[in-house]
Parts: sequence; structure tokens; C-alpha cells
Amino acid sequence: MDGTRRVLAALAAIALAGAVGGCAADIPVDPEGTYDRVAGGELRVGASPDGELVAVEDATSGTERVEGVLADLVEDFAESIDAEVAWTVGSEESLVTAIEEGDLDLAIGGMTDQTPWADRVGVTRGFAELPGVEREDPVVMLAPLGENRFIGELERFLDERSAG
Amino acid sequence: MKPRFGRTDLPREQSEALRKAVGIEVFTICYTTVTIVLIALVVGSSQAMRTAWIEDMLSLLPQIAFLTALIFTRRGPSRSFPFGLHRAMGVGHLVAGIALLIVGANLAVEAVLGFARSEHPTIGTVNLFGTTVWQGWLMIGVMALIVIAPPFYGRYKAKLARPLHNKLLHADADMAKADWQTNAASIVGVGGVGLGIWWLDYAAALFISLGILWDGWRNTVTAVEDLIDKRVTTYDDRAVHPLVGGVLRVLRSTRWVEDAGVRVRDLGQVLHVEAFVVPRRGFLGAGRIDLAALGRLQRRIIALDWKMQDVVVIPVERLPEEATTRPPDAGS
Repeated sequence: MDGTRRVLAALAAIALAGAVGGCAADIPVDPEGTYDRVAGGELRVGASPDGELVAVEDATSGTERVEGVLADLVEDFAESIDAEVAWTVGSEESLVTAIEEGDLDLAIGGMTDQTPWADRVGVTRGFAELPGVEREDPVVMLAPLGENRFIGELERFLDERSAG
Repeated sequence: MKPRFGRTDLPREQSEALRKAVGIEVFTICYTTVTIVLIALVVGSSQAMRTAWIEDMLSLLPQIAFLTALIFTRRGPSRSFPFGLHRAMGVGHLVAGIALLIVGANLAVEAVLGFARSEHPTIGTVNLFGTTVWQGWLMIGVMALIVIAPPFYGRYKAKLARPLHNKLLHADADMAKADWQTNAASIVGVGGVGLGIWWLDYAAALFISLGILWDGWRNTVTAVEDLIDKRVTTYDDRAVHPLVGGVLRVLRSTRWVEDAGVRVRDLGQVLHVEAFVVPRRGFLGAGRIDLAALGRLQRRIIALDWKMQDVVVIPVERLPEEATTRPPDAGS
């Protein structure tokens, strides 16, 4: 019993050391590869209009433009990973459904860390000090469940922006 | 006050072990409280971490049950509770076992459902002093840190369970000794998420919850068996308690005893002994029973061990069928 235990412990230690030494920089990995697909390609973002955070111009004419503080942040994030943003405008629910079905990579709007969608989509950490954002609760963005690399990179970017 | 169980004054070894047991149980509760808080800080939405966290909370149950039961088992027998309150230990054991069963089953179902719905666990980052760090590293760090103590206090408790003949303490020790498996599993689960193998999280959660279920099952069975008066076993349930044989040897070595059998039940730490003796013919001469001889026999049995709480010697014509008549190692 003790022998087995020691072998197991040794194996775990080796595996851990390998993981840490070998590819710590690449951890976490996205199960569906969102980050690798988006970087250098197209970032499909859903926008749900909400005050100064997300505004949609010319919503009726069909040539809609998404603006606002959060939209600008997303454009900057896309630029930082060499991606082009493709916007979709919709209600929160239809954006959440689109993320679940794999049609969107990200959704923004007036979502806060109190969002009820956490069971169906991945929710970023709440950010209370993004420049130009004044909300009572920290603001979050929605991404596919479990795409941890992508969510992590986005959070890292938002951290940098919060600090500056 | 002298340390006692009911009307039994504890010998030095036992009162020492009891003092240490209380100490280590209180220490464990404090330690576990700290680990619960630590895990709470990093638990996130990993199912394995959540399961390990709840397991940590559940691991407090046996200790709380032990300390609570001890308040009652110290009291002596009274007219309304003529056997003393020793069964409080068994009741605590049963409650802990049932709680483990229910929560373990619940967590196992959660793990299976999460897997079936393929809900990929989302583990984001945290901002640690201005640096963005993947939360999985913190989870793995915490789980690797708190794995250290339980094997040590588990072994310590196991050593105390034997002299005290306490099954609850023994079960608690067993759970502590197996605790590293929970930590290892949660590290594997979180590590799996880190490598993009999302289902490893649910596999780890299932493994941990099956461990909880198994603990619950074992505890419940042991507690129920004692509460419905199974013949006394050793504290680890491996064998019939050697004292059964001891009592039989005393009875059979008594000159006036023709045949003898015993029923011994475990009240929780102390024993209740019913010794049936068929006296030799001459002893019952003129239909009189030698009360003094009966009394001497009773005192010899009590002198065997501190656990001999309640001993009655009953002269009978024929032994009851279910009584144990031979030392158990020779088959009963």
C-alpha cells in the first residue's frame, strides 16, 4: 500500500514538473481552440446596446456601427491579438444562445458580475475600474464556456487597461 | 473530575489517549476550518474543486460527532438511562455516515450531469498584485499545500482509536489517511482543464464523490450494526473482539460451571456482557444458588478489562442458542 502510494506520488510529481516546465506558458488550453482561431483571424462579437457602454448607430438602415466604451475596448483587444472584429447586434438572450451554438466568440453589453447567464456561458472576472465605465457592479463580458485561454487573455488585456 | 465512561473509571492509558484524542480532534477542526477558507478563495467553477471543498466540510462531521458524543458518554447510568449514554457515540457515527452518503450521492450525480451536458468548466484568471495569473495554478497550489497534514494526524488518530476502542475515531482516522486522494484527484481535474481536457474535471469530481459515498456507506453500516447489537468486534471491525474469548475462558475455568455462553454487545467504547452459565449438578444442591460464587465470577469478568461496563451472570438450565459458546478464533 505504502509502496503504491510512493509510486503514485512520484508519478504525480513527474507529471506536474513536466507540465510546469514544459508548457506552463501555454496553460490553460482552450478545449475548442477559440484563442488560436481568433488570433490573427476574425473575432465574432455580439453587442447588446446599453447606454454609454455599447451603442449602435444606424440600427435601422442595415449598415450598423457598434460604438461605445466597451466596443472600443473590444476593438483594441482584437488589435492586440491581430484580429478583425465582426459585429452582431442582438438581445442578451440571443447573443448567449449564439455563443452556446458556437456562432459568437464574445458578447458585450451592460452585463455585470450579477449576470444570470453564468450557467450557459463563460463569464469573465468583474472589472470595476475600466476607463469610462461607471456602473454600480463590476462589468463582465461573456465568452464560450471553458475556453480558458481565450478568457484568460481577454482578462489580462482588461487588467492592463484597468491599471492604465 | 476523573476521566470516565459512564460508571467506568478509565485506566491511565485510556484517560491519556482520551485526552490526546480530544486535543487532536479540536486541532483538526481548526485546521480544517483554515483549509475550507483557503479553498473558498480559489474554488472557482471547477466541479472537482467544488467537490473537494464540500468533502473538506464534511470531514468535520466525525470530529464534531465525537466531541459532542463525549459530553454524553461521560455521564453515569441513571434510573431513566439505566445503561448509561454510551450509545451517543453510535448515534453520532450514524448521523455522520448518513450525511456523507447523501452528500456523496448528490455530488456524484452533479459530476455525471455536468459531464453529460458537457459543461466545460470555466477557470479564469485572478489579478494578484497587478499580475494576471490563471486561477488553476492557485487551486493546484492550495490543494498541494493542504495535503500535507491529514496523513500525519490520521495516523495519530488511528493509534488512539485502538486503546479507546472507538470506532468513530477509527473511521475519522481512516478518512484523514485517505484525504490525499481527494487532493490528488482535484489537482488532476484542474490540471486537466489547464490542458484543455475538460472532462477530467468531472472524472476527478466523480472519483472524489465516490470516495465520500464509500466513507458514508462504511460508517453507516458500522454504526447501524453496533446500534442493533451485533456481537462485539474489534475497533476496526476486522474480527470478533478477543474479550469474548477472554470472558468464555474465565467462565469455563470456573470449577462449578458445566457449560457457558456469552452475548456481548458494544455500547460504544464499553461493553455489555451477558454471561450464561449452566452450573454443575452439585452446585445447585437443594435448589439454592451460591450468590457469593456468582458475585465472585462477575468480579473476575469485570477485572478482565476496563471496557467491562455492565456484566451480568445468569445461571440457566440450557444455554440460549445464539450465545457464543466457544472462543471465536475456533469458530463460533
